[in-house]
Formats: sequence, C-alpha cells, structure tokens
Amino acid sequence: MSLLSLRPARRPVPGVFVALTITLALGWLIVMIDGGQLFNQSTTVSLLHVAAGLGLVAVGQTLVILGGSLDLSVAYVISLSTLVAAETMNGSDGALLPAVALALTVSAAVGLLNGLLVTRLRINAFIATLGVGLLLKGYLDNGYDGPAGSTSPGLVQSLGYQRIGPVPLSFLLLLAVTGACWFALARTRFGHHLVAVGGDPEVARLSGVRNDRVLVIAHVLCSLCAGLAGIYLASRLGSGAPRVGTEGLYDLESIAAVVIGGTALAGGRGGVLGTLGGVLLLASIDAIFNQLEVDAFFKQVIRGAIIIAAVAVYARRAMRKAAV
Amino acid sequence: MQLVKRRPLPPQLTRVRAGGLLPLLAILAVLLVLVAVRQPDFLAPASLMSFLGRSAPIILLAAGQYFVIVSGEFDLSVGSLVTAQVVVAARLIDSDPSRTWPVVLVLLAGGVLVGLVNGLITTRLRVPSFITTLGMFLILVGAVYLWSNGAPKGGLSEEFRRFGRRAFEDVPVFGRVPYALVVLLVLATLAVLLMRSDFGRILVAVGDNARTAELSGARVRRTRTIAFMLSGLAAAVAAILIGGYSGVSFQAGAGLEFGAITAVVLGGVALGGGRGSVVGAMLGALTLELLFTLMNFYGVSGALRPTVQGAIILFAVAVSSRRSTSR
Repeated sequence: MSLLSLRPARRPVPGVFVALTITLALGWLIVMIDGGQLFNQSTTVSLLHVAAGLGLVAVGQTLVILGGSLDLSVAYVISLSTLVAAETMNGSDGALLPAVALALTVSAAVGLLNGLLVTRLRINAFIATLGVGLLLKGYLDNGYDGPAGSTSPGLVQSLGYQRIGPVPLSFLLLLAVTGACWFALARTRFGHHLVAVGGDPEVARLSGVRNDRVLVIAHVLCSLCAGLAGIYLASRLGSGAPRVGTEGLYDLESIAAVVIGGTALAGGRGGVLGTLGGVLLLASIDAIFNQLEVDAFFKQVIRGAIIIAAVAVYARRAMRKAAV
Repeated sequence: MQLVKRRPLPPQLTRVRAGGLLPLLAILAVLLVLVAVRQPDFLAPASLMSFLGRSAPIILLAAGQYFVIVSGEFDLSVGSLVTAQVVVAARLIDSDPSRTWPVVLVLLAGGVLVGLVNGLITTRLRVPSFITTLGMFLILVGAVYLWSNGAPKGGLSEEFRRFGRRAFEDVPVFGRVPYALVVLLVLATLAVLLMRSDFGRILVAVGDNARTAELSGARVRRTRTIAFMLSGLAAAVAAILIGGYSGVSFQAGAGLEFGAITAVVLGGVALGGGRGSVVGAMLGALTLELLFTLMNFYGVSGALRPTVQGAIILFAVAVSSRRSTSR
C-alpha cells in the first residue's frame, strides 16, 4: 500500500531531468559555437529568477492537477497578490509582514472559493476556476489602469535581488516550497489521499477518503503558491502590477510545466519534483534562446512545439509500458 | 438499469435534449425581456438582425468547439487561429480585391489543416488535447507575430470585408439581413443535420465512452480528428466574419477560445464529452452575447464585463449540475 502510493510521486522524475541535462548540454554547446557563454553569472541568475516565478505557481498547480482538478485562476491571483502586497506595504518596511500576510490570506480565500465551487457545487474545475478568474479580472480591469502601490525596499532587497553566489533567494524559496510539497505528497496522509482522489475519486471515497476536504485543501495550497509568486513578482517589480499574471501566461505555462514534469493531466500520477524539472527546462530553453538572441516570437513558436513534443514522448512511453 | 439509461436511442435523445434546453431558453427569455424594458427598439427587426449578425462568429465558434468537446476533447487554439487568419488574410490580400476569393479558400483550408494537425497529434501521439491545442495556441500566436514582424501588414479588400459588415438590404419584414446571419443560418443548419447523421451519433458515442464506441466499430481516432477539423473550419469562417466586421488586429481572436468553451458549457454540454446538443451550444453563445448587450444597455463599465460573465457562468453551471445530480 505505502509502496504503491509512493511510486507515483517518484517515477516520472528522471525523464524530465534527462531532458533538462541534454538541453543544457546542447544549449551550452550551441551558445559556445555562437561565441557566447551559457553559464556565466548573469545568465544563470536570470534563469533561476525566471524559474522561481513560474516554479512557485507550477508547484501549486501540481497539487490540484494531481487531485484531478485544475486552476486557471492563478494568473489573476498572482496579479491580485502583487497589488495587495504592494499597496499595503506602500513603500514602508514596517508594513512588510502584515502585507505579506494579507496577500496570502486573500490568495487563500480565492483558493477556498475555487475549492468549494469544485467540490460543493460540483462545477467542473475548468469552468469554476475560469469563472473565478473572470471575476478577478473584472475587479482588476475596473480598479487599475497600471502599476499601483510600492513594494517595501526591504523586500525588494531580500526576496527580489538578494542572492547567495549565483542562486537568488527566491529560487531557494522555490526549493523550500517544492520540498515542503514533496514531503506533503510522499509522507503525509493528505498527500496519499490527494493522489488517491486524483486517481479514482469513487474508489477513494469508498476507501474512506474525504474527497471534498482534500481537494479544497489542494486548491487553497495552489492559490497560496500563486500568492507567493505574486509577492515575489512585486518584490522584483517594486510595485503591484494588475496584468503581470496574464501577460506572463502564468496560468497556461504553469500547467505546461506540470505536464512536462510528467504529471498526468487527468490526475493521480506525478509529483512536484518532476514539475521543478519541467520549470527548469522551460527556463533553460528561455535562457538559451536569450543568449542566441532568438526573436521573441520565434521563441514562442519553439516553446509551443516543445511542450507538445515533451508530452508526446511521455505518452509514447506510457503506451509502451502498457503494451509490456 | 444503469446500462439502459446510458444507451439512449435517437428518439429519446431528442426528447432529453429539449428538456435540457429549457433552463437556457428561460435565461434567454429573461435577458430578452430585460433588454426590451431598457431599449424597446432592440426588438425591432433591423436591430435584432444586426445583433444576430454580430453574434454569428462566436455562435459558429461555439458550434465548432461543441464538436470537439462532445467528442471528449478541448480546443484552446481557436482564438489564436482567428487572430492568425485575420492577420494572414490582410497580408495576403494586401488591399487587392482580385485576391479575395483565393484568400478565402486559403483561410478555410488553413483552418481545416490546423484542425487536422491538432487532431492527429491528439489521437496518434496521444497528447492530451488541452496540451496539444495550448501548444498550437503558442505556435500560432508566435508564428503570426514573427511573420508580420510585430505589426499587422497589408489590408483587407472591401470584397472580403463585406461578409462581415454588409447586408441584404430591403428584405421584406426583416428589413436588413446581414450576410453574416445568412452564413450563420446555413452553417447552423448543416451542423444540426451533421449531428443527426451517423457521424453525429458516433461523435457523441465516442465522447461518452471511447472504449465502448471503439468496440462497437467506431473509428474513434478518425472521428475525433474530424471534430478538430470542423472546429478549425468554424474558426476560419469566424475569422472571415470578424475580420470583415472589426478589421485587422492582433487582438482579433483574443480570448475567443474561453468564450466559446463558456458558451458551450452554458448550453448544457458536459466537458468530458458525450452529453449535450449543438443547438444548446449555439444558444449558449447567443445567451452570452445577449448578456453583453444587456450590460451595455445598462451602462455596466466594460471593465466589469468579465466579473458579470464569470458570475453568470458559475451560477448557470452550478444550477445545471445541481439538477443533474439530483436527478
């Protein structure tokens, strides 16, 4: 029993990390031939910054997808969280903690709403979170035309730009959040229940899992992660940004990262370590293209193709396994 | 008992459909009354016709999306496909009227081709359609920006634009009938006929239970691929109408995929496939458009539109899922 529930969290990890290694090696080679340097300080730092933002969202997204749900509202939660944080801080360090707490509380509330809509009202997660996203979009569009508020200098210096060697503090935060989620999935009852609910809700229910509660918790955690990403982005930008979440395509990119990381979109299979790999893969491709000064639009074309190809590879492997 | 329920014969299917559409028709009626109270002119034939003409693109997209959704898949690429088609049309036509018809054919073929690729990747490579069409979305948006260096070039000919903005004038009773409405009526009729044909039944069966359908001899992969092609075709027609009505812009199709999915779900079609009718999907789109019109009349700020839209969707879907679970 314990073996069965442990395996899903671990199995998909190697694949994406192999792909990551190959990508980095190839990228390093190509960039070198091009006369550049992939692994110098500034590219590594910016790669890890990109990974930190997307990673925080994607790790949260992993939890809901594992549970067989989905969260399309994360992009708006991110924007909302940057605004709540920056406006509460209003440029003073004194308001730092209350602002962070408030931003996270607001995010958690959105997650709670998502979770209740999905479980209590039985609304399909796609529609429920899309609807909640639209609610937030209306609020943001109506209330804000541009950046608002001001992030406290302390937060900008610490979470925004502080780093240890080439590793930004924000990436360490991502590692900590990933570690916590890995622990929750692999070692706690909540994690096992979540995977069970995602695998087969009916079987889970009959085995005594309280599906609704597990899914609501997953949604709250997912929104908390998005809120955290918002606080991080506010610390990078120095203010609240009402469109940062949607312009960064954080909703769709986070789902792509999760799926590239080997988590099944239908739920019940996968884990956060794979997602971390998926995020690093996307961020590496980004860094390589930046080094090669590839056109931003071409980058997007390639990115789309890579997302499809990566998932096709997983699907092939799953097919071969099923054939054996 | 369960088995009997899940295998409705065609006549029963129609009866279930009619019942399923009642809540939606009720919402539609309420919205119409609300509009009429505020703006009695709206129900005059001329303005009603032009409203229907304006709604034609989203209704067509909803029908296209319906085929994909009822077969158990998603198509997130339609919005970007519309944008790509409008921008491509402008560049290819380059304000030269003689190129209108060839370009229309190119657009229709392009839409079908994108659908074919979506379908083949989803069915042959077994990539979840959410990811396939999301990737296609990124590819199309990136490609069209790349191709036009970040700013739309060329221009649409008046011949091209007439589909979206001209009308048959002086029609008895109706007054002015937009071309878009005629296109809509023809294609909607075809869509309904298609869903009543063998293909339609197989499509629903595939969405309901792909395994059962396959064992009963349905060609699941081919059926789903055709569904994607129909969605691509619908997007191409919508692009022609939208390009004509509102001109060339990179925002031409932005968000239409979610609009179409919303409309389909509002029309009582189950995400995951196997349930719901194409008429419901199209009425869902009409309801959504009417809702926006209503918000305009009542002076709701454009920025608040998403909030009201979100609230209505959540409400409508919550009500319909309550009904289906209590049944």
